[in-house]
Amino acid sequence: MVKRFFHRTSAFRPSPFERTLSYLVLGFWSLVVLFPLYWLLVTSFKLPIDVNTGPKYIPFVDFQPSLHAWRYIFVDVWNDTARPYANTVIVGITSSVLALALGASASYALVRFEYRPRLGIIGLFIGCVLLAIVFVRMGVSWPLATVVAIALFLLLAQTIGRRFRRALANNDIAFWMISQRILPPVAVVIPVYILFQQLHLLDTRIALIVTYLAVNLPIVVWLLRDYFQSIPIELEECAAIDGASRLRIFWAIVLPLSVPGLVATFLFVLVFAWNEYLLALFLSSANAQTMPLTVAAQNATRGPQWWYMSVLILIMILPVIVAAIVLERFIARGLLVGAIKG
Amino acid sequence: MFFSIFPLVVSLYLSFARVRFARGGVEVQFVGLANYHKLLFGSEQAHLLGVLASPSPLGWLVFLALLAGTVFLLVNYARSTGRTALGLVLRTAFAVLFLALAWLAVSTLNRDGRPGTLMVTLVYVYVGIACQYLIGLGLALLTAQDLPGRRFFRVAFMLPMMITPVGVAYMFRMLADTGRGPFAPIWQAMGLGDFSWVNDPWGARAAVLIGDIWQWTPFMFIVLLAAIEGQAQEPIEAAVVDGASRWQIFRHITLPQILPVSTALILIRMIEAYKIIDLPNVLTNGGPGTATESLTLHAFIAWRTLDIGSSAAIAYLLMVLVTVMSVAFVQFVRRRTTEIV
Repeated sequence: MVKRFFHRTSAFRPSPFERTLSYLVLGFWSLVVLFPLYWLLVTSFKLPIDVNTGPKYIPFVDFQPSLHAWRYIFVDVWNDTARPYANTVIVGITSSVLALALGASASYALVRFEYRPRLGIIGLFIGCVLLAIVFVRMGVSWPLATVVAIALFLLLAQTIGRRFRRALANNDIAFWMISQRILPPVAVVIPVYILFQQLHLLDTRIALIVTYLAVNLPIVVWLLRDYFQSIPIELEECAAIDGASRLRIFWAIVLPLSVPGLVATFLFVLVFAWNEYLLALFLSSANAQTMPLTVAAQNATRGPQWWYMSVLILIMILPVIVAAIVLERFIARGLLVGAIKG
Repeated sequence: MFFSIFPLVVSLYLSFARVRFARGGVEVQFVGLANYHKLLFGSEQAHLLGVLASPSPLGWLVFLALLAGTVFLLVNYARSTGRTALGLVLRTAFAVLFLALAWLAVSTLNRDGRPGTLMVTLVYVYVGIACQYLIGLGLALLTAQDLPGRRFFRVAFMLPMMITPVGVAYMFRMLADTGRGPFAPIWQAMGLGDFSWVNDPWGARAAVLIGDIWQWTPFMFIVLLAAIEGQAQEPIEAAVVDGASRWQIFRHITLPQILPVSTALILIRMIEAYKIIDLPNVLTNGGPGTATESLTLHAFIAWRTLDIGSSAAIAYLLMVLVTVMSVAFVQFVRRRTTEIV
């Protein structure tokens, strides 16, 4: 069965005419996809004069390629390149790994355990947050207000929490998770900015990592939920009978079985964190700047510096392209497991 | 949990307030609904909603058709057996919102009117997603065939998604240059050498749309490809034996199987597409005028001018819009298509 799944022949066996037509369409779209990338590559070897005096297409034929842009980026302003690059790598990888770890456990819990949070408790929590804000507005210092609000919340939840009847189910939590993604970053960014300003974490990698983690977690939970659901529960029950603990089942059975899904999700999240622009724009200035900002910064007062920009974009997408090529087979197979479930 | 609820609450509060930067921090003053009032009825109305003009005959026709269709659906639901009071209220509310948006569309998208940021965002979202889905589906169907070298095409088609949206935006700015860009000879041959995309509102919007389609078609492509590859082969083989045509196989076997995935995919893209900012910001900076400004960009510009209350109010309007749209999509479309299968 499994073997048949991976080594099957497609039922579509195109005729020569159809084959030619398919190649024409595919070739056309590859041109659409690859030409802009080719243009980037060529532009990175051009002198400003070659860019500005009309289109030049092929190196050595209609212009003399030069390494000036590459030299500028890698030698002259090496510090301004290396730091954002390091930031992007650190922030991107850390936040996606963390999101994957947290999201995997959260979505597994959502699939296999029953949760019934009381609506009243959630209402209480929101009420306490509001109360804390009112306190701060009245001049109480914010650490004090937070502590008071948390204490009040715990106290109320312990005493009157049992009386609430209306509760939510797992599907509601999942939908709530998805709805986090609906929130536009502009709506989140202002309070987040103030939060990090109060914590003195603005312009640090920690701020970016935490923010991307919060932003990408819903995607991870959402995608992985489908993968975990597709794992037969009998396997886990067998292991449980043999005396394996919950943690061990998760670690030794569920995770290995969903490697394709994990890899695909990781790539999606990595791409999102790697390329994020808006939040980085708000939360970082000099120290924690990431590459998208550096690319945008090449639009200087003298107009966009196309040649530097091309170099930066190229070195920025190179690692992700390598990752994409390596992970391509996993993705096609990985997404499918969850995709069938809808 | 804390990290997601806290910003939501603070943002809601900020949208009712006026924020001023004072020494050593910020000063927040509660102003009630003033921010929303300004956006919907006051000085910012033309910016958000656009300039309304009486619709053209065609606009009237479209609007009346939509009105009739919506009323028909509502009456149909009200007379069906499975109706509930809450369902009826929610459907009526959505119908009113939908008709309001339709009215906005027909009265701003004609010669005399001028679409505001809300309408521009809707155009980006729906035109963009339709194109991305159709192209992605076509490519996925083609590369699912038994063709030598299809692995190369698959990797190549994935590439645009890997580039940072800012990079894509600048790249398209280069490509859209009619004087120095790579397509300049073509433009000159067509006698459009002096034409500039960004001076023409619809040209600028088309440039943003093309960039968006270029970047996000791969996302559709990958997932649809996975869905097509994953479908059961037996019915297709049986159909081939029975002599069914390609189109019949697609229409009756493949399409029903990939519909649930498609709706999930469209939902994800819809949520993401409402938040478009990079492309219009870099490509045209929202111009000419506000012709290409999306809601997110509008909020960003309000933030940049330190009008934080308005910025939060726009963001909240956007959030309400996206929530209503995606919930309606899940309720009306996704449920129906997942039931078919």
